[in-house]
Amino acid sequence: MKTAYEIVTAARSKDRQTGLEFIEHVFKGFIELHGDRRYADDPSVVGGLACLDDTPFTVIATEKGRDTKSRIRRNFGMAHPEGYRKALRLMKQAEKFGRPIVCFVDTSGAYPGIAAEERGQGQAIAESITEMMGLKVPVLSVLIGEGGSGGALALAVADEVWMLENASYSVIAPESCANILWRDTDKAAEAAENLKLTAKDAYRLGVVERIISERGGDTELMYVSLASDIRSWYQKMRIFSGEELTQTRYGRFRKLGVPGSEQ
Amino acid sequence: MALEAFFKKPKNELEKGGRLPPAKAETAYEMSEKCPSCGHDIPLSFLWDNLHVCRCGRCFRMNARQRIRFMADKGSFTELWGDLESTDLLNFPGYKSKLESTISSAREKEAVICGEATIGGAACALFVMEPYFMMGSMGTIVGEKITRLFEYATEKRLPVVGCTVSGGARMQEGILSLMQMAKTSGAVKRHSDSGLLYITVITDPTTGGVTASFAMEGDIIIAEPGATIGFAGARLVEQTVRKKLPQGFQKAETMLEHGFIDMILPRNEQKRVIGTLLSMHIQI
Repeated sequence: MKTAYEIVTAARSKDRQTGLEFIEHVFKGFIELHGDRRYADDPSVVGGLACLDDTPFTVIATEKGRDTKSRIRRNFGMAHPEGYRKALRLMKQAEKFGRPIVCFVDTSGAYPGIAAEERGQGQAIAESITEMMGLKVPVLSVLIGEGGSGGALALAVADEVWMLENASYSVIAPESCANILWRDTDKAAEAAENLKLTAKDAYRLGVVERIISERGGDTELMYVSLASDIRSWYQKMRIFSGEELTQTRYGRFRKLGVPGSEQ
Repeated sequence: MALEAFFKKPKNELEKGGRLPPAKAETAYEMSEKCPSCGHDIPLSFLWDNLHVCRCGRCFRMNARQRIRFMADKGSFTELWGDLESTDLLNFPGYKSKLESTISSAREKEAVICGEATIGGAACALFVMEPYFMMGSMGTIVGEKITRLFEYATEKRLPVVGCTVSGGARMQEGILSLMQMAKTSGAVKRHSDSGLLYITVITDPTTGGVTASFAMEGDIIIAEPGATIGFAGARLVEQTVRKKLPQGFQKAETMLEHGFIDMILPRNEQKRVIGTLLSMHIQI
């Protein structure tokens, strides 16, 4: 059994499959669409159309990049407001055409930069959360690596949220938490343990519906089984009306952290 | 030139540092607080009489009960869910004792107070966050109370007025704190979809998960002068970009310039404007 901090390390590993790789291996014929139609195209977030069998999906992913050059171009997967606005534009497009949405999330968080703040990072995340809550098509989010705080949640207000076994989902980076509470970044492992950021914790707390096995590192097998899971999820979801979907989605988040309900 | 200046004896206070001498406290024994903007010592009695605003216009932090007292019409406020208290649901080290000491020092049970009130005669649901309760951080109870207030307001067809102050999500409640951003936003959306008005008053500082959820979701967003409004903490931004932050970074004035808030209102004008806005939205 891995400790929480070992999982954090695994989730951050440079060898981990990136968001774009998930899109390309789980889906077929990815056509990327660019830009938020307001200011820019953010390379930290990729999105577009792709098929699973013959069904078109809108797919969105945060992308960290694979080598130094692409990591710099992708800003290490830390989105600016434009990234969230692009994602939201594509989700609204999916809603218009009645397509299901799948998001692959892997980010240490929204980018903490000067320009990002000036262009409304908080507003962009708030809008994404609110609008996702009202989408009238099925939405699935899969946390594939780091699920860093509001920057990850902005793409994870979904009907179901799944988590890879070595992914993390946390309100704050364990190092920052240790620094704020104990003025000691060396206590990050202890913070990680207590933040309840592993897939098992999230599952136990009702924050995610499913833990995806990484098949002992056999990525091909993992992609195949994930594709099949998404297929059956969509079969289950497609019968619901838009109204039923938004009701159930709100109910899903509404029950998290209700006093008296034992977590 | 620099060397010359080094040897020259300053003739007065202005030459020494270019700062005016701090004003003397008005009575010899009165307690005072130094204003971080103008540097003057302001007697506490002056602050209490002036909505905790300095002569220079700087808004001092104000606890939630005081804010309710000046915002709501006299005697109109009825508190809701005032008995809800946080528990250490994840057994986070030190959280239980932190909660106990905060409850006794802040004399509040949580970082937000919710209720129903009238402002300028117009009925509304009101929430006010408490800066002296773990810096207004949002845990499950804060999320729950705000969610309940929006549900209550949707049910009773009331507008919501909310005053925010927050350091963000409460990390001692881990991933469940993060989920409160989605929970509250969902309730705000249902309220909004019902055609109801939501006014936010953003006060200093409002950051992190509260900025990235219900603080920024108002139909009309008002801020106090000089309030810090942002998502990432300024120190983290500075460490990340390794640059000095520009003048006015994350300040209400900059947010207004960039189009993220509707207006900046001094404290003594807030009630009048909010009352007027509420009356302009009364539904027949």
